[in-house]
Amino acid sequence: MNEAKNDLTNAVSNLDFETPERPYLDSNELIINMGPQHPATHGVLRVILKLDGEKVLGTECVIGYLHRGVEKIAENRTYTMFNPYVDRMDYVAAVSNGLGYCQAVEKLLAVEAPPRANYIRVILTELNRIASHQLWLGTHALDIGAMTPLFYTFRDREEILKIFEKYCGARLTTHAFRIGGLQYETYAGFEKDVKNFVAFVRPKIDEYEELLTGNRIWIERTKNVGVISAKDAIALGVTGPVLRASGVKWDLRKAQPYANYSEFDFDIPTGENGDTYDRYIVRMIEMRQSLRIIEQAVAGIPEGPIMAKVPKVIKPAVGEIYHSIEAPKGELGYFIVSDGSTQPYRVRVRPPSFVNLQALDIMVQGMLVADVVAVIGTLDIVLGEVDR
Amino acid sequence: MLESLKSFLEPSVARTPGEANNQLWALIYVLIIFAGVSVAVMAMNWLERKALAHFQVRLGPMRVGPHGLLQPIADAVKLLIKEDIIPSEADKFVFWIAPLIGLLAAFTVYTVVPFGPSQAVSDMNIGILFMLGVSSLAVLGVVMAGWASNSHYPLIGALRSSAQMVSYEVAMGLAVVSAILMTSLHGMGLYGVSKLSDGTGTLSMIGIVQAQQEQHVWFLFKFFPLGLIAFVIFAIAMIAETNRAPFDLPEAESELTAGFHTEYSGLRWSLFMLAEYAAMIAVSSIAVTLWLGGWLRPFPNLLAGSAWDFIFALFPGLTFLGLGAVAFLGTARMPKHPYFKIQTIGLAGFGVVLAGIGIILLAIPIAAKVSNHTLLNAATTTLLNVYWFVAKVAVFMYLYIWYRATWPRYRFDQLMRMGWKVMLPISLGVLIVTAIVGVLL
Amino acid sequence: MVEKYKRHYGSGLDALTYLGQNYFTVDRSLIPDFLKLLRDDEQFDYCVDITAVHYPKREKQFDVIWILYSFARNERIRVKTQISDGESLASAVPIWATANWLEREVYDMFGIKFDGHPNLKRILLPDGWHGFPLRKDYGILQQDKEWVQINLGIESGQ
Repeated sequence: MNEAKNDLTNAVSNLDFETPERPYLDSNELIINMGPQHPATHGVLRVILKLDGEKVLGTECVIGYLHRGVEKIAENRTYTMFNPYVDRMDYVAAVSNGLGYCQAVEKLLAVEAPPRANYIRVILTELNRIASHQLWLGTHALDIGAMTPLFYTFRDREEILKIFEKYCGARLTTHAFRIGGLQYETYAGFEKDVKNFVAFVRPKIDEYEELLTGNRIWIERTKNVGVISAKDAIALGVTGPVLRASGVKWDLRKAQPYANYSEFDFDIPTGENGDTYDRYIVRMIEMRQSLRIIEQAVAGIPEGPIMAKVPKVIKPAVGEIYHSIEAPKGELGYFIVSDGSTQPYRVRVRPPSFVNLQALDIMVQGMLVADVVAVIGTLDIVLGEVDR
Repeated sequence: MLESLKSFLEPSVARTPGEANNQLWALIYVLIIFAGVSVAVMAMNWLERKALAHFQVRLGPMRVGPHGLLQPIADAVKLLIKEDIIPSEADKFVFWIAPLIGLLAAFTVYTVVPFGPSQAVSDMNIGILFMLGVSSLAVLGVVMAGWASNSHYPLIGALRSSAQMVSYEVAMGLAVVSAILMTSLHGMGLYGVSKLSDGTGTLSMIGIVQAQQEQHVWFLFKFFPLGLIAFVIFAIAMIAETNRAPFDLPEAESELTAGFHTEYSGLRWSLFMLAEYAAMIAVSSIAVTLWLGGWLRPFPNLLAGSAWDFIFALFPGLTFLGLGAVAFLGTARMPKHPYFKIQTIGLAGFGVVLAGIGIILLAIPIAAKVSNHTLLNAATTTLLNVYWFVAKVAVFMYLYIWYRATWPRYRFDQLMRMGWKVMLPISLGVLIVTAIVGVLL
Repeated sequence: MVEKYKRHYGSGLDALTYLGQNYFTVDRSLIPDFLKLLRDDEQFDYCVDITAVHYPKREKQFDVIWILYSFARNERIRVKTQISDGESLASAVPIWATANWLEREVYDMFGIKFDGHPNLKRILLPDGWHGFPLRKDYGILQQDKEWVQINLGIESGQ
């Protein structure tokens, strides 16, 4: 087992049903299918487990059930037309997807969004980060058996979705940003709503923590479950709260700031063990830090235009660009190749959930069946992003 | 025959039907208990959905009757008219009989549950042993269900469930033994042990409550904190016995195996649910009998005297009047819209029924106090005994729902570890210390 | 750094910048060694992405791109190489474990094989799919109809 953990190159092909030396399964081993339809797999994910009694010997993820060919579609749409498609990938944190794409195209065009647009973009993105983490918390707790936090987090998430609806008309797939800035000016009462929301949700986050953080059963279910070391995490390309919980203090908002994150003051939480409990704590702290950023941003929104001078027909020069942001799930990257026409030649989306899901096999080695569900939850994957 | 009926009812000679060797009354008691438990299970179903919903900041069933009061009936009807699906490769006889065994085990326990000093179907002198033994038969039903389904998911779930139930029975049994030890003490008060104690305790359920009455203390508080620890161990073990949260891994949907009742649908599944709720009520009854003083009212010695007796005698009536008042409050708060007319009328009618029951229950002790008629007195005592017993069991039922709403579930190996490595040593320790303290004092 | 490698590899390597982002264009023969060098010597320990672009009118039709990041230097670079249809590349899995699924996706979408990959099969599309969708000669509405025809007896799933 130890060799398998260290030798990551062979990790994923662990599920050797038949080798020349041993053409049949051992009599103790059982192959079980956690099918694409399952209450706990957060979407259509199929995991084939090889079990020895209750212990997991190997896993294989079968993905692609939600593959919609987004990258191919991008080659057949203009840059502006492709903008709404981007929300549908990580549909839980749609605003972040939009931010990454718009900023990537803006870089390609060598324009910068005006400061007012940047402030509002940051506010909406951080609101979406809180919403995404709230959804994660509710579903993760439900998988582990605590039914009540789900309802609390969804009820509080409604407030964020109300703000989105008032701003751009949509709750989930918001299409909030445009290439070059924003299309809609904030509605009257936007700042007041956001300030009220911050005051409203702070004690709610304390409420979630009260239910779970000190709970003996929660701690037993999440400590030392799904441990991934910092070295393994970096080698596997894992990013986001998963990487931070393993001890690597790295956040793209601080390391390579985009929008105007460098103007805001916030901390990066890290964990020590890289287990599920640490990832839970890291995300809770991240929610609070997002509130800090929102407070600072709301206090200082400048006046000014919301849209930069972008030509009506967007035709970037020939070239390529890679731009990534810190989405709630990890590093979300866009690699855009332009051939000088109105349609992108190639758009590659680097999905954080796809790369994080690879780490599942390492994390559940030697764990029990009930832990597989907990680990899938803690990786915070969204199948729309994994499959695109 | 009528003589037989009347002779049993002589208030001066209050005995259980078992003692009186009267099969007719035994049958009547059994039917009353069966009806009562069925109503209780339906009420539990409704309460669970409403209470769980209110914990989760939502409302629960509101449409079927006023505030969902008719929901259990709707669920029962739906389950009864569902198609009866049996897996093609299943072992048909075992498949059919498995829920019946679970039900049998759950209901047979009620033979010895004491609702009063003579209100039990039969007061066996090995009552508690009978209860523990019969409730263990439920494991058989679970394993048979998992096996007969001919599918590996239910089989794994059934084996997990049976392993869990068996492990926690050990701790349960030891906790029970420490309570039994206390029945032989014959001393008064928290730490009282009579010098004349000749070590004769009793295994009979009625005897256990009478021992608590004699010792003027609920065994919960006896030898504080030993009684409390034994009670807590039993309380935890009984949740594991009945496969409820936080020990409901075998039947949780978000795990791989949906449990031993995966392949059961419709009526058969409802039999399993009936067995589960009946088992919950049964083990709560054991806990109430052993540690919480059974049918005894709170503070019979601290607040003694006929005046206090009378005040406590008003409790059943006041409880139902209170429930009726809540129903009337709900009626007043119903939306004033023509679509809600039937529900409003229904809720008001329900309130009237509850208030009516309350008035009757108030009238009995008042009339008994006023007229001092033997029959009324006997009726009052019976009423009160049953009321206090049911009230205490109801508290346990609410606690069950509270646990389910609040806590995540244990992983199976953690569950087993807790059963064997934590509960067993503690219960053994409590038993030994109780025995030592009983001897030394 | 750039000069060092230019000196070493001569014409096989070219270093360019576009819009502030640096990238190397290397010859196919240099590939596994150069990547290993970047990881070991230059501390590019995090492989962000592996992807490809299809230029059907070019002689070497595919551009394969590795995007790498170094935590220590907080720097991101790209390594590009050009290969023609049917050629295969050495797999980066021994260098970065994350390349496993990333290369599987490149194979799935473009048909580029990676030698030494432990499990090179399709990842997003079903195993028996014919064709490589992200190539430019694959239509936007085109689908492989074999499975539905065999298993469901219908003409097309669309």
